Amino acid sequence: MNNLTSLQALQPILPEIALAVGAMVLLMLAVFAGDRAARFVNTLCILLLIGVGVLVAMQPAGRIAMFGDGFVVDGFARFLKLLTLVGSAGALILSLDYLTREKLQKAEFGVLVLLATLGMMLLISANDLIALYLGLELMSLPLYVIASSNRDNAKSTEAGLKYFVLGALSSGMLLYGASLIYGFTGTVNFAGIAKAVQGGAGIGLIFGLVFLFAGFCFKISAVPFHMWTPDVYEGAPTPVTAFFAAAPKVAGIAIFVRASVVAFPGITHSWQQIVVFVSIASMALGAFAAIGQKNIKRLMAYSSIGHMGFALVGLAAGTAEGVQGVLIYMTIYVGMTLGTFAVILSMRRDGVMVENISDLSGMSRTHPTMAFMLAMLLFSLAGVPPLAGFFGKFYVFLAAINAGLYTLAVIGVLSSVVGAFYYLSIVKVMYFDQPAPAFQRIPALVGLMMLVFGTLNIVFFLYPAPLIGAATAAAKSLF
Amino acid sequence: MTAAAVFFYLFACILVASAFMVIASKNPVHSVLYLILAFVNAAGLFVMMGAEFLAMILVVVYVGAVAVLFLFVVMMLDVDFAELKQGALQYLPVGMLIGGIFLAELVMVVGSWAIGPGIPTAITAPIPTGITNTEAIGLVLYTRYVYFFEIAGMILLVAMIGAIVLTLHHKARVKRQSISAQNARTPQMAMRVVKVRTGQGLGSNEISSKDAGSAA
Repeated sequence: MNNLTSLQALQPILPEIALAVGAMVLLMLAVFAGDRAARFVNTLCILLLIGVGVLVAMQPAGRIAMFGDGFVVDGFARFLKLLTLVGSAGALILSLDYLTREKLQKAEFGVLVLLATLGMMLLISANDLIALYLGLELMSLPLYVIASSNRDNAKSTEAGLKYFVLGALSSGMLLYGASLIYGFTGTVNFAGIAKAVQGGAGIGLIFGLVFLFAGFCFKISAVPFHMWTPDVYEGAPTPVTAFFAAAPKVAGIAIFVRASVVAFPGITHSWQQIVVFVSIASMALGAFAAIGQKNIKRLMAYSSIGHMGFALVGLAAGTAEGVQGVLIYMTIYVGMTLGTFAVILSMRRDGVMVENISDLSGMSRTHPTMAFMLAMLLFSLAGVPPLAGFFGKFYVFLAAINAGLYTLAVIGVLSSVVGAFYYLSIVKVMYFDQPAPAFQRIPALVGLMMLVFGTLNIVFFLYPAPLIGAATAAAKSLF
Repeated sequence: MTAAAVFFYLFACILVASAFMVIASKNPVHSVLYLILAFVNAAGLFVMMGAEFLAMILVVVYVGAVAVLFLFVVMMLDVDFAELKQGALQYLPVGMLIGGIFLAELVMVVGSWAIGPGIPTAITAPIPTGITNTEAIGLVLYTRYVYFFEIAGMILLVAMIGAIVLTLHHKARVKRQSISAQNARTPQMAMRVVKVRTGQGLGSNEISSKDAGSAA
């Protein structure tokens, strides 16, 4: 094999290589230009993410496995990689003005986001336990750092430390589970594990599976591994919170789905029970615990816990239809989250960010457009038709019913009704309470993001076919 | 055969006991020393399994670098560990309960231990006969496992960036060492001979300002 063909063999991993090399080049730029060039470096990071997105979109269809079957590119991976890139780029766009105004300009911020995104892409493509673990760590380590990037603020450093300690614990559990699975099957490869557990699994393997799932649940903040979420979301700088709520969840759900469906198809019944429990617990906690919240970032944390529960309803079905539901749900979730955080990042009064729900009071009179967009996003998060959020819930519940999980579907619908209460109470504060003083001028980019995601959310029902078609094709590539 | 068994149990018992002492001992320096003992015993177990390379790496990297670094950190940070552990006793019942459940589950796991007939053949990279295990690792590390090796490198890069971003403070008005200026100093720049006339002394202002100038 000559050099040219061996380089061509690397074609499927080209987006990741571009991202890794680009991140290192930008790191050099950040080191030599210093923090004065922070905005410039962060803008280049956004452009790089868009470029990598184009590379991913241009990849040919079909399934390619590389590096001893450790890295796989298929329709599922391409779909979720694009979604992750949207989440990361969106969060970076939201961060540009915030970092300038809060004087948090660190040239390395964007580079760390790029490296975390690289980890997510590797995690989405991971097809064995080693690649899974390495991708997960490459994703998590930059997250710990940027959670405490406002290092002079006690809450931000507390958020980073809490996230780090609990993240290390969950990584330990995941590794323990992975080692048990390796011990009982003799292989780390997902296809090999699937072959070994064809005829059912012993209790030792199930034990390992539980630990593996515990690690996944921590990363997507599903109950009972959600404790860190409200504190970290509240303490981290707001654009970082937006990033946490969007991109890493996509990658976490991706590996959760891939590991369950590809590595353990022989024992679907066993892992289904775990996913059903986690899903019900997350939906219920997300619905009830958010009611008493006064801080909108904490509220979004509980909301995201609940949404992960809804997404897992689709996985619990264990069918291609269910995975399709998960993909649609996650896409809509990322859009709604970025739109909502664009509004939260517009809440600035007298030069300081405000983040209480009461600060939104009477916004319909001071900022009618923003109030309308936020109201629509909140209705969508609650799952009110004909907004996008309704379609997400519709497809996961449909899959659950077709798989015979009636109890799960009924509990899901009930908890989304309870959840609607706190979303609607924010709408009430905005439209019927006495107006608070107006916010400062909204930065152009943040306003643009709000309009784009808010409008997409409203008009999605007119033309849902492209997303649903893409999700169907992506889900089929796993089965 | 019996000698191997004796050494296995010797290493294993000391390993478990010293691992327990790491978390049980009151003095954090003792904890780190027990940790080193645990590492050395684990290296002994590796040697017995025929993995000499891993054993040496464990001693060189973990004992030689990581544990010594821990030791420095523990000695330099003035953390009162006894005070930190004060409240730990109230969590004992819950901890014992969870630990008991885990132990029961582990017993169940080990009790059901069965290796299927197909599993030994599923090993992806068996050690080829006739070469040492160092050579065997070298043969696969940069070829078959190059992907994992590269990601591990990226993770280390992130760790480095993170440590610098979180701890490096650029303070204004801080006096920094300028090595090039120090090396460029000659005896002529650093000192001068002053003739002091009797009864007149030195103009102290003049001397101190010149000293400051040549030292910078």
